[in-house]
Amino acid sequence: MELAALARRRWRMAIALSALMVVIYFGFILLIAFDKPAMGARLGPGLSVGIVLGALVIVLTWATTWYYVRWANRHLDAAVQRLRDGRS
Amino acid sequence: MSAAVPTAIGQPNLTAIGFFVLFVVVTIGITWWAARRTATTEEFFAAGRAISGRQNGFALAGDYMSAASFLGIAGLVSLSGFDGLIYSTGWLVGWPVVLVLIAEPLRNLGKYTFSDVVAFRLRQTPVRVAAAFGTIAVISLYLIAQMVGAGNLIKLMFGLSYETAVMIVGVVMIAYVLFGGMIATTWVQIVKAALLLAGAALLTLLVLAQFHYSPTQLFAAAADRYGEAVLAPGKLVSNPWDAVSLGLALMFGTAGLPHILMRFYTVPDAKAARQSVFWATGLIGVFYLMTFVLGFGAMVLVGKEAITAVDKGGNMAAPLLAEVLGGTGLLGFISAVAFATILAVVAGLTLSGAAALSHDLWVSVVRKGHADHAEQLRVARGATLLLGALAILLGIAFRGQNVAFMVGLAFAVAASGNFPALVLSVFWRRATTAGMVAAIVSGTAAALVLVYLSPTIQVDVLHREGAWFPLKNPALVTMPLSFVVGIVVSLLRPEAAALEAYDHKERRMILGEQ
Repeated sequence: MELAALARRRWRMAIALSALMVVIYFGFILLIAFDKPAMGARLGPGLSVGIVLGALVIVLTWATTWYYVRWANRHLDAAVQRLRDGRS
Repeated sequence: MSAAVPTAIGQPNLTAIGFFVLFVVVTIGITWWAARRTATTEEFFAAGRAISGRQNGFALAGDYMSAASFLGIAGLVSLSGFDGLIYSTGWLVGWPVVLVLIAEPLRNLGKYTFSDVVAFRLRQTPVRVAAAFGTIAVISLYLIAQMVGAGNLIKLMFGLSYETAVMIVGVVMIAYVLFGGMIATTWVQIVKAALLLAGAALLTLLVLAQFHYSPTQLFAAAADRYGEAVLAPGKLVSNPWDAVSLGLALMFGTAGLPHILMRFYTVPDAKAARQSVFWATGLIGVFYLMTFVLGFGAMVLVGKEAITAVDKGGNMAAPLLAEVLGGTGLLGFISAVAFATILAVVAGLTLSGAAALSHDLWVSVVRKGHADHAEQLRVARGATLLLGALAILLGIAFRGQNVAFMVGLAFAVAASGNFPALVLSVFWRRATTAGMVAAIVSGTAAALVLVYLSPTIQVDVLHREGAWFPLKNPALVTMPLSFVVGIVVSLLRPEAAALEAYDHKERRMILGEQ
């Protein structure tokens, strides 16, 4: 793969994952802003929808970083190495 | 302090002083060790680029987990329950953005500061001056919040005078940075992060042990005592625009904080920079989950009344919880950890400010890049002394002021001034010198002016009736403004040399130095 194509591919991945984080976090915030009763609904003793979703935001943040690191370790590093070798 | 609340907080606590002195002795030892390894600017500013990804992950977490987030979020949760989670998540969600957009390009393109990256194919002088302005604005706001917090905290915990506390923090921090540079600062951050995480984990275990190791039993006990409302959103997000604006500042501000960005230069390559964010995100997420449990633990085991009796804002919730669970010994340990936390954060801030003053302004602008290592180091150390003195003065000048908003403001300035210019200059071929300078200056200035006109200053600090600008945090307006200004000015003032050099910049961004 040529360099410009790799740069585009990395950019698309970066934008997609950033947009995903925006959707996850602002989805959480807007739910709190516009539907407080739903967020306060109880799922069981000591557990509300809001707490579960908040914890889920944290877990999804981890999952997003894990996904990118795995993608970069598998695909980005190999492509960068090929480009470097091809040049020297 | 209410007589009804028997607590050792506010009296000199021998365990706290013992642990704190131990921390200072160990970290000064680290500084002495680091000083012998700090002979070049690369060592002073970037720890010789020899920090591993995992080590840098701990150091990033150390830079990021301030006493404000430990004591502040635990306090907020202890008084209002669920609402604290809104802050915890906000402070975490910026990290994937740092990872995918910033960390690797920054490591591949820059040397010591984020303006290296913005100025890469542009004219040095204007970009460096603008970026140094953005850096110093963020650093000063952050330093004020930390120093005032330090003064108040130490006064409350150790019974020392406010000025003494500020002086101790200032002098020890200057010692770390002046002699040990980035090597000492990094290891102080690592030690602090490990201590803070261990302290929080110990408290969390002790809390959960009382509830059969079940967080939901803890939450249920809180709901029994204070009503179901503690598990539901309260007053924090009453205006959705305010919430979205603060959210934007937190999410994109992290990617514009100079002391965080500088850490990516301490690792050997882009892969290690990537690993370090992975570690940092994991550690910081665990930390915020623990503070949530600690807040509820304090609510149930200490009680809201007892917490507000010591500090109205709830900042002493975690230390009070420690005292209930483990007596003055554990209180002392947690107090010392909180003190150490502030010390480490201000050291990181000061070092990044010193890099902006010496590397960006002195070496690149005044000397046009022609300064030998000895001179660069001299200027860097001079800048460290200057900023350390400034931090002490700011801490004393803002004594008694309500500075809780300043961290939020620092994030807003970082998201509006630094982040747009960084993204545009790295990923947009047609970015120009004029455009990036305009983006940094307009974003930073607009954020500062709008905060002054907002309820944050007009109502909360100046006690006026209303405010001209409706949002408490300006990022919703100022971050898009900075992007638009950067794009429009770049298109109006094209720069042939910058356009041509983009291919070179892109190659270096992906492949690194070859």
